[in-house]
Amino acid sequence: MAAVDDTMTEADAPTIIEVSPDDARRVQTPTEPNAQDGRKSDKLLKVRGLSTHFFTPDGVVQAVDDVSFELGYGETLGLVGESGCGKSVTALSIARLVPDPPGRIVSGEIEFDGIDVLKLDSDEMRHLRGKEIGFIFQDPLTSLNPTLTIGYQIAESIRQHMGLSRDAARDRVAELLGKVGIPRAKDRLNDYPHQFSGGMRQRVMIAIALSCDPKLILADEPTTALDVTIQAQILELIQRLSDEFHTAVLLITHDLGIAAGMCDRVNVMYAGRIVETGTVDELFESPRMPYAWGLLDSLPRLDDIRGDRLRTIEGLPPLLIQPPDACRFEPRCRFARDKCREDEPDLTPRAEPGHLARCWATEPGGWIP
Amino acid sequence: MATQVAVQGQVAQRTRASAGLWSDAWSRLRKNKLALLGLILVIALLLLAIIGPFITPYSFSAQDLAGVRANRNQPLDPLQTAHILGTDQLGRDLLSRLMDGARISVSVAFVVQLVILAIGVPIGALAGWFGGRLDNLLMRFTDIVYAFPDLLFIIILTVAFRETFVGQAMDGLLLVFVAIGVTSWVTVARLVRGQLLSLKETEFVEAARAIGVSDRKIVTKHLLPNGIGPIIVAVTLGIPGAILAESVLAYIGIGVQPPRASWGSLIAEGQKWIRSEEHLVLFPAIAIALALISFTFLGDGLRDALDPKLKGKQ
Amino acid sequence: MISYLTRRILWIVPVLFAVTVITFFLMHSVPGGPWDREKRLPAATVKRLNAEYGLDRPLYVQYVDWATKFVTGDLGPSYRYQDRRVNDIVAEGLPITVQLGVMAFILAVLVGIPLGVIAALGHNRWPDYLSTFLSIIGIATPSFVLAILLIVFFGVQLGWFPTGGWKGPQYWVLPTVALAGFPIAVIARYTRASMLEVTRKDYIRTAHSKGLGNQAVVSRHMIRNALIPVVTILGPTLAFLVTGSFIIERIFNIPGIGQNYLNSIATRDYSLLMAMTVLYAFAVAFLNVVVDVLYAYIDPRIRYS
Repeated sequence: MAAVDDTMTEADAPTIIEVSPDDARRVQTPTEPNAQDGRKSDKLLKVRGLSTHFFTPDGVVQAVDDVSFELGYGETLGLVGESGCGKSVTALSIARLVPDPPGRIVSGEIEFDGIDVLKLDSDEMRHLRGKEIGFIFQDPLTSLNPTLTIGYQIAESIRQHMGLSRDAARDRVAELLGKVGIPRAKDRLNDYPHQFSGGMRQRVMIAIALSCDPKLILADEPTTALDVTIQAQILELIQRLSDEFHTAVLLITHDLGIAAGMCDRVNVMYAGRIVETGTVDELFESPRMPYAWGLLDSLPRLDDIRGDRLRTIEGLPPLLIQPPDACRFEPRCRFARDKCREDEPDLTPRAEPGHLARCWATEPGGWIP
Repeated sequence: MATQVAVQGQVAQRTRASAGLWSDAWSRLRKNKLALLGLILVIALLLLAIIGPFITPYSFSAQDLAGVRANRNQPLDPLQTAHILGTDQLGRDLLSRLMDGARISVSVAFVVQLVILAIGVPIGALAGWFGGRLDNLLMRFTDIVYAFPDLLFIIILTVAFRETFVGQAMDGLLLVFVAIGVTSWVTVARLVRGQLLSLKETEFVEAARAIGVSDRKIVTKHLLPNGIGPIIVAVTLGIPGAILAESVLAYIGIGVQPPRASWGSLIAEGQKWIRSEEHLVLFPAIAIALALISFTFLGDGLRDALDPKLKGKQ
Repeated sequence: MISYLTRRILWIVPVLFAVTVITFFLMHSVPGGPWDREKRLPAATVKRLNAEYGLDRPLYVQYVDWATKFVTGDLGPSYRYQDRRVNDIVAEGLPITVQLGVMAFILAVLVGIPLGVIAALGHNRWPDYLSTFLSIIGIATPSFVLAILLIVFFGVQLGWFPTGGWKGPQYWVLPTVALAGFPIAVIARYTRASMLEVTRKDYIRTAHSKGLGNQAVVSRHMIRNALIPVVTILGPTLAFLVTGSFIIERIFNIPGIGQNYLNSIATRDYSLLMAMTVLYAFAVAFLNVVVDVLYAYIDPRIRYS
């Protein structure tokens, strides 16, 4: 009944970059915090003690619980963890897009470019969204409005924030579409999302996110819904454009390989909390939290000669309704001792100053050296 | 949104891990105040219909002629005499007549749905299971039935067969049941077909097929139990329509035969007195409204409880 | 699209054929005939009349005869009103019935959709409760009850509107409202449910993430998507209005064609009944095609082939 006019395939995409394993481990040098134009703070984003809870009929779900981190201008930060660990809610909280009800930011502070986000009224917040903070969501199939043309949907935020006329906005939309690698962009402005393939739709989402030159892009699992071959293209595109526009990226993913390839720093989240944070090197070379080991272990590896099967972490994350005052990973941890059941560890420094972990066992004096 | 759903889904999954489909649905239904209200009203209506005639001091056809004569041949008002809701012009107790009307409505509510199931389930199941030409034929057939203006067809049927044996049976009610039933089974047939079509492709059915379970067994043992939820919902939501259709028939005077009176015929009678004795219209109207509301609430609640995915759709 | 439409419209023909055959044979096979009167006519007269109108021929011959004339636009003589043609009766009453139906439809859409939108936007607050309450009342009140209540209150007690007849705009008000009550409630319920569903969609989150104001999100992104499922019930709603108007016409004594339906069944006025049946069946089938077209227009994903 619904004939999809999908004339474009991924093969039309102009840029296909193979991400080699070397590339994937590449570490960017973080941008030095200098006095560049428009910088109102030493860091672009400071999140302190953020807690976002969902008030459901079954109880209060503490989806994000006392999360703190910082993100520098132009930097790419990974937020890594299993589904349901609170990483998406963290991103939504930053743009105050948590659906309310049932969700609510119950405490904490979010400072974006020197602005206290949680104190803004809804008009000021709207000015931030789309203009300063762009969003790329997981599923480009459902994240675009099926009844509006993509040209309209991209132009919408441009017209909202830049006050451009319909025609001027149209030119910019065509230019943006070209930038994100959509061929014959001008001809496709009047097409509807269903006439695009998944990868092309995600390019459209990226165009929307970048449309007003934002300082930050929140990319929530931007490639999870896409074919593996297209994932690399989209990631490369995000990386290239964020470099070009000097845009910081908060990249949310459950895929450590992606985080390793894209990010400067990585936060590992588990059960609503950050359990380890450090540079990509620190985390990948010497993870200091059994959960991170588990995550690294469950990556498929080319050098795994035995190659028998993928290792997984046994068990499920805890329910986030009234979590106990104990290490939240303890029930699944092979190294757990009584101490882990009695008290929750804090996020404390390890060998490098920026490398923190939340684990009794790897703290100085712990039972894992 | 995805996140919210994930969070709640996680909770739901855990707390309900051990609960089965039905206890699960029941626990959801219990939390739905409107659905509970509907359920209570439905039960009250059922009780009224079953025991009502035994507890009223008057028969629905007994005439209190003396009372009416004392009232200058006017219907008695509510609460003025022993007739709590008053009487009609012939001195018949309105409350007793309403209770008998409840009997009619309840029997319409359930018997019509039985007729619908008896026709719709086999047709839908045959079409869905065998597919192909048979499916095409049966679905074209449902198209035709669907194109009938149903209320008008019900009227034709009732008028046409009124003088026959079927038309006389059960004070004329049997004919009403059948007439409403044969015009309303299409929804159920389509639903059953759709359920079968989607379930047919699922793994447990393929597995059953692979180990050589017969077609008939797969349908009765695997598919019907799994597809029964939406059918229950459709049946429940079909009840108000049937009650409404019966009341329209009765109102235009071609349903149940006198001296029995359904709520619709009570309204038609009461309408003659509308300028002075509003209660003769008002109470039957309230009765119809309550019956329709209660089944609608219950049906909505069942739909939400049995299939949360369908929430808000019909 | 065109070929799809053609097929859909062509499909109406066999449907009408089936509907007319069933109605024709059903009506002719039941006892009684158009000549039944309070006082029984002499058998010879009945025989003569039957011969005159061709009612003594085999049924299938009569059907073929009826169908041939129907195709040429001749609906035959009325058996009841013996000096009138069915064409004239239909031509007289149809515009009134259509007008009533269309007015009620417009009212239902204009009230029902905003009511549903308001309910959804004020979800779980007083606008929602008020709107939900109104739609429950609407769904639980049969149109004939609503009609009577309107007559009692606005006609008799307040005396604002006439209680019967069809002589000018003030006569239109009560019947239109009475007829629209139920569809208003149904449309409002659907719209509300559909809006709430859309609220949770990812693309609404995307719209918010662009920094659009609430009003823009609702008007540009939510309503159109929310209306897609609502359109599907507009067909049945229109059909309900067209076929359900007879009871309203009867109560308000409106000279539309709806009243003829009941009368023609009761008096075995075969040709009038057949005309009415075809008209109604065609209306239902055709309106469903119209809704399909509307559906494709509002939802760009749907392109019929």
